[in-house]
Amino acid sequence: MGLVASFFGQLCGKEKKPEEERHLRANDRSFNLTYQYANNAIKTSKYNILTFLPRNLFEQFQRLANAYFLFLMILQVIPQVSSLSWFTTAVPLMFVLSITAVKDANDDINRHKSDNQVNNRIVNVLVDGKLKNEKWMNVQVGDIIKLENNQFVTADLLLLSSSEPLNLVYVETAELDGETNLKVKQALTVTGEMGDNIDALAGFNGEVRCEPPNNRLDKFTGTLSLNGQTAALDNDKVLLRGCTLRNTEWCFGLVIFGGPDTKLMQNSGKTTFKRTSIDHLMNVLVLCIFGFLASMCTFLAIGNAIWESREGSMFVAFLPLEKGVDSSLSSFLSFWSYIIVLNTLVPISLYVSVEIIRLGNSFFIDWDRKMYYPKSDTPAQARTTTLNEELGQIKYIFSDKTGTLTQNIMTFNKCSISGKAYGELFDFTGHRVEITEKTEKVDFSWNQLADPKFVFHDHRLLETVKEGNPDAQAFFRLLALCHTVMPDEKKEGELYYQAQSPDEGALVTAARNFGFVFRSRTPESITVVEMGKQVIYELLAVLDFNNVRKRMSVIVRSPEGKLTLFCKGADTIIFERLHPSCKKLVEVTNTHLSDYAGEGLRTLALAYKDLDESFMDEWKQRHHEASTALVEREEKLDELYEEIEKDLLLLGATAVEDKLQDGVPQTIEQLAKADIKIWVLTGDKQETAENIGYSCNMLREEMKEIFIVAANTAEGVKEELQNARRKMSSSSADKPSVIKARAGLFWLQKTETVQDEEVDGEYGLVINGHSLAFALEKDLQLELLRTACMCQTVICCRVTPLQKAQVVQLVKKYKQAVTLAIGDGANDVSMIKAAHIGVGISGQEGMQAVLSSDFSFAQFRYLQRLLLVHGRWSYLRMCKFLQYFFYKNFTFTFVHFWYAFFCGFSAQTVYDEWFITLYNLMYTALPVLGLSIFDQDVNDRWSFQYPQLYTPGQLNQYFSKKAFVRCMMKSCYSSLILFFIPWAAMHDTVRDDGKDIADYQSFALLAQTCLLIVMSIQLSLDTHYWTAVNQFFVWGSLAGYFAITFTMYSNGMFLIFTSAFPFIGTARNSLNQPNVWLTIFLTSLLCILPVVAFRFILIQLRPTINDKVRHKMRKEALPAPTKPVRVKRISTRRSGYAFSHSQGYGDLVTSRKFLLKIPVRTRPALFTETDSPLAQNQPQHYRTITEEPEGSQSP
Amino acid sequence: MVKEEQELANRPDNTAFTQQRLPAWQPMLSAGIVIPGFVIIGLAFIGIGVALFVTSHSIQVLELDYTGVENTEPCYRCSDPSSKNCVCTLEFSIDSLFEGPVFFYYGLTNYFQNYRKYGASRDDNQLSGDLDYFKSPGNDCAPYQYNSNNKPIVPCGAIANSMFNDTFKLYQIIRGSKKLVPFDGKGIAWWTDYNIKYRNPSVTPLKNAFNDTVKPLFWSKPAYELDPTDPANNGFINQDFLVWMRRAALPDFRKLYRRITEGDYAKGLPAGNYSLEIAYNYPVMSFDGRKKVVLSNVSWMGGKNEFLGIAYLVIGSLCVVMSIVMLIVYAKFKFPEED
Repeated sequence: MGLVASFFGQLCGKEKKPEEERHLRANDRSFNLTYQYANNAIKTSKYNILTFLPRNLFEQFQRLANAYFLFLMILQVIPQVSSLSWFTTAVPLMFVLSITAVKDANDDINRHKSDNQVNNRIVNVLVDGKLKNEKWMNVQVGDIIKLENNQFVTADLLLLSSSEPLNLVYVETAELDGETNLKVKQALTVTGEMGDNIDALAGFNGEVRCEPPNNRLDKFTGTLSLNGQTAALDNDKVLLRGCTLRNTEWCFGLVIFGGPDTKLMQNSGKTTFKRTSIDHLMNVLVLCIFGFLASMCTFLAIGNAIWESREGSMFVAFLPLEKGVDSSLSSFLSFWSYIIVLNTLVPISLYVSVEIIRLGNSFFIDWDRKMYYPKSDTPAQARTTTLNEELGQIKYIFSDKTGTLTQNIMTFNKCSISGKAYGELFDFTGHRVEITEKTEKVDFSWNQLADPKFVFHDHRLLETVKEGNPDAQAFFRLLALCHTVMPDEKKEGELYYQAQSPDEGALVTAARNFGFVFRSRTPESITVVEMGKQVIYELLAVLDFNNVRKRMSVIVRSPEGKLTLFCKGADTIIFERLHPSCKKLVEVTNTHLSDYAGEGLRTLALAYKDLDESFMDEWKQRHHEASTALVEREEKLDELYEEIEKDLLLLGATAVEDKLQDGVPQTIEQLAKADIKIWVLTGDKQETAENIGYSCNMLREEMKEIFIVAANTAEGVKEELQNARRKMSSSSADKPSVIKARAGLFWLQKTETVQDEEVDGEYGLVINGHSLAFALEKDLQLELLRTACMCQTVICCRVTPLQKAQVVQLVKKYKQAVTLAIGDGANDVSMIKAAHIGVGISGQEGMQAVLSSDFSFAQFRYLQRLLLVHGRWSYLRMCKFLQYFFYKNFTFTFVHFWYAFFCGFSAQTVYDEWFITLYNLMYTALPVLGLSIFDQDVNDRWSFQYPQLYTPGQLNQYFSKKAFVRCMMKSCYSSLILFFIPWAAMHDTVRDDGKDIADYQSFALLAQTCLLIVMSIQLSLDTHYWTAVNQFFVWGSLAGYFAITFTMYSNGMFLIFTSAFPFIGTARNSLNQPNVWLTIFLTSLLCILPVVAFRFILIQLRPTINDKVRHKMRKEALPAPTKPVRVKRISTRRSGYAFSHSQGYGDLVTSRKFLLKIPVRTRPALFTETDSPLAQNQPQHYRTITEEPEGSQSP
Repeated sequence: MVKEEQELANRPDNTAFTQQRLPAWQPMLSAGIVIPGFVIIGLAFIGIGVALFVTSHSIQVLELDYTGVENTEPCYRCSDPSSKNCVCTLEFSIDSLFEGPVFFYYGLTNYFQNYRKYGASRDDNQLSGDLDYFKSPGNDCAPYQYNSNNKPIVPCGAIANSMFNDTFKLYQIIRGSKKLVPFDGKGIAWWTDYNIKYRNPSVTPLKNAFNDTVKPLFWSKPAYELDPTDPANNGFINQDFLVWMRRAALPDFRKLYRRITEGDYAKGLPAGNYSLEIAYNYPVMSFDGRKKVVLSNVSWMGGKNEFLGIAYLVIGSLCVVMSIVMLIVYAKFKFPEED
């Protein structure tokens, strides 16, 4: 009943005018009801029991193929044109419709279930002054509800009060935008005063006027009127449905939007329906087939007219012609009759079979253990089951960096302390030992405060520190002091760090484990536990990090009163500022740094300097003046910093590994071999991105040049792009060569394709966000595309989500190539949706990327299996299927065409009607499904061994319009054989007992048996991989054909259904004739042998890569997979400096506010829920698109 | 252990099926299979072809067109549609023994029994003896469903209506006198047609079943009087009717009329002169059709058919030629071995 009510409710709702403003009063249901706002029940299901059949059928008949068959069925009941019984179309149509209906019903039942589950969640609602448990669906706009910690937010709420000080609440918005860090919301003071006073809340009668329901997650405007006073409401005071309450004991909220009006539901609009290029091709082909069908029927209708006037009219004595039917009317009728007879040209089962095949191949992806990640227990998932074959055609991959290529984990890996390198293990002969999971770890258990997750392998370092080496101690002291990390010690000894960048977190954690534990900080002091002893340093200044300075320093006073400046930063920057006495040390450290950079580690150089008191006093004075200056404050500060950060003494260098996910470089190498281009689109800084480029082998030392586009004007960008292009190819024309073509249904779509240009040598391109913004403008787009496509590797850094999508669309538009986007975070959603195929990395931050993706798995390296194995097979199978399917249906149909010349163009079918009905549905359905689900040309290991096997897919080589035409020609040949050989063999002969054999029924049986056997052999020729299932399907179908035929032609069937089975006895009487079998044998071989010979000669003359690998596979065993050796690259003085840090919190660290936990408006994402400080590496730019600059509302 | 298993709840099953590792046979079109295959098939075809060709040659066929298009032909006068009960005689001679059993066919050309509406114009229910359909024949039979007085036609439909009604008598001329060659009309239709598909209503006498119905318009006798000599050969199970109702697939066809298996002619027709007496009733001139009689014997491969033998020979030779071509291609190009 509820469903019916809501259905009518929806009907009524539709008639209503669009809402212009929402107006509601708290605790006043009757007032709010006058507006008829939607309550909190949601309905994502499409049907109910009553509406299912009509609505589902209506939807299904909107499909072209289904509508066509309905039309055919209508034609068939018109006796004048009905050349086939109604069941020949009705049975397959019913079958198709019911399969789809069952699938739809199942989907909808699941939606009903999840709707019910959500709608029946319980929440505390304030009703009549009392808190009552209510179901979510019964919550009304204007109700006040109470939420508790870790509960889902019920509806879009205005926050009234909370348990936390200052009426704060913390929410996790992962379900909404994918960000896992906590966000802070704060109630108005007016409402916050009510606290959890039920009476006060029950008496609350504020009126809210606000915007109508919309889908903007980052914006809310409204006012609250209470007791004559009006307060402004913004996004900060609203809790959105889909969030989860965290770290907050309870809170009260006023329902503003319920159910379908909530921003979550408004956002879950229809996702764009992705279609594969094969789909588009198929539509075009089906259209062509329609045209072809019409012309064939026209031809036959004309033939009929001629025949009627020349022969039929003479023959009229014996023909049951109706009165008034002359040759022109008869030809008109025969046109429609032939439309019915030849309808198998447009195969209804095509669409269904394609769906089944895709579903099957999707299951194989879901089931693949080699794409299952045991650590997080996540299997791969094909979320969209209609895109499989496109996976075999990918030309461009757009990848996110953080969390996709990298694990988003920074580990302190190596360091160099006063010229001595630590972090590598050597055996007694002095050779480097590979560090694996089994390598013994350094035991930090002596240190009570050590982070148990920290792993280090080199025992010497700890020994050095424990021995009391002053350099080593200073090194870690620096790391413990020089940073802006916030400590969080909820329980004694359980220390968590909130780091602004994961690099910093890694460094501070390293210091912590080596005995220099950063414990707590105040604006003026830093408490460190040094080798078990608590030491409090006075913090005098923080010289913050920024992009230009590339370094940060702190000035501290030790308890002994010693003043020290600790500085860490990019090696090049630090080396410039060192005291000349460090020269020798610099040389040694430099070699270490080069090694680190070569391994793709992120490096920082550390230095310190002792200061004397008088200088410091004076400097501090000037610092104070500069920092309060009104003009040129930044410049003045910079100058001051510059002045103090010189003559530093080098301590050493750190190397932090931005841990790549397992197998990333190998995967990238494999994909590159498969001629897939990978572009990295990351929100990270240029240095970081470049660094990762090197460590995952995309940028290589042996590349001729790596272009960096970082101009800040449109002209600059253009110039840099053009210069790069000219360097790569001096002959490159100024104008790109664009091929304009038309494609798509009715050739309405215009396409422009920019052609690839020849380049010798490998190049890389790095472009930053600013330049990208210019480059994506209309006039520079093509310039960017041309240059980028000439490079082996493209890295775009500091990219916004929108730009990610734009880049994808640019390539999609001008390259006509299949694109794939892979990412893990909410910032990748736009690109995942824009690309032909979106892949989400699951099991990491948020689910947003996964939810909008088409395929998901846990590790980047599974991408190669998805593409090179599953994608390639899916594409191969789909193409084989289509070729075979068209061949089988064309051949079937063309035989009717030839017969028309012998039966007076009367639309007489060659085959038995039952055969026509069952041909696609039963006799040939399973074998071809078996082929297109199980076939593999070479197995997965060979696919990996030869990634080149992937390239035919990119070039559409397995199925295209050309292949379709070839298919038709082959069908034409086969159908000629299939008709004329039986014709010639039978037209003038008799059985071995002298009785009839050239009768219609025997001929039909002969023709259909030949057809079916030829189709089975043809299928066998196409099958490369004969599993038991294939054998069973092929032999089973043939056996089934004979069994069904003998049954249908049996006495019993005739006696029961007299008029339905007129072929009684035909099978018995003709299949015992030797000449019938000789004819079948001849026909089959004549159809097949030329194909075999042609294929054989083609393999000899022009073998494809598949043939070569298959040939190789037969001859030799698969070479054992060579273990990828991580080659140590020869590094030529490249700095490994990279830091995922934009602007430090220097100001915040020294600001009192921050430490009092008063929310900092500009950085609500500061507090994270994740327990590891390392897990936080939200690209900083993300906020720039989702949040409008907010007015400062701090109390 | 238990805990570990629970943690891996989502781990896919490790079966050959789910991991796509099903054991499989992976054949290839390699030279070692294709070339010998073609040779073997070629030789087999040539063998079969020779056998077929020889067999086909041993079959004797005698075709006599009696339409009477030219005025020199004996049946010319009968071909005029206005002549009723016309009988003409065709003389022919056989040089050597026409080995038995000899089958006597009538043939029609340019006759479209495979025309869709013609073929559909019948009522299988009526023909299986269902009396309900005697009173109201199926609509497919129109316009041979009811006669002008709205009486149901039994058997209804165009096929039955157009039943071939020429009759033949064959005489051997021995020293000027005619000796009737006995015809055997039993069992010339399919067993299934005679026993299952076509049945007379179980009414005795058969005539009563046909009360209130009329015979097809073109028929001279009602169905229950088709064979006055044999009461069991009447109604829907009359052999000639059954043969006619099994409609031909192609516009030129022949149908079995009688077998010559009895008496002096059991071994075949001896050499000599023969005379064929034809009761010429069936008009074919209007649509440029031809009527003929065919005398033929059969072998294990059925009637005479040169095509199959020749086709097997040609294709067998082509296969051999093809295998040589493929061998040359293979030897010359082989399989490029480079990666």
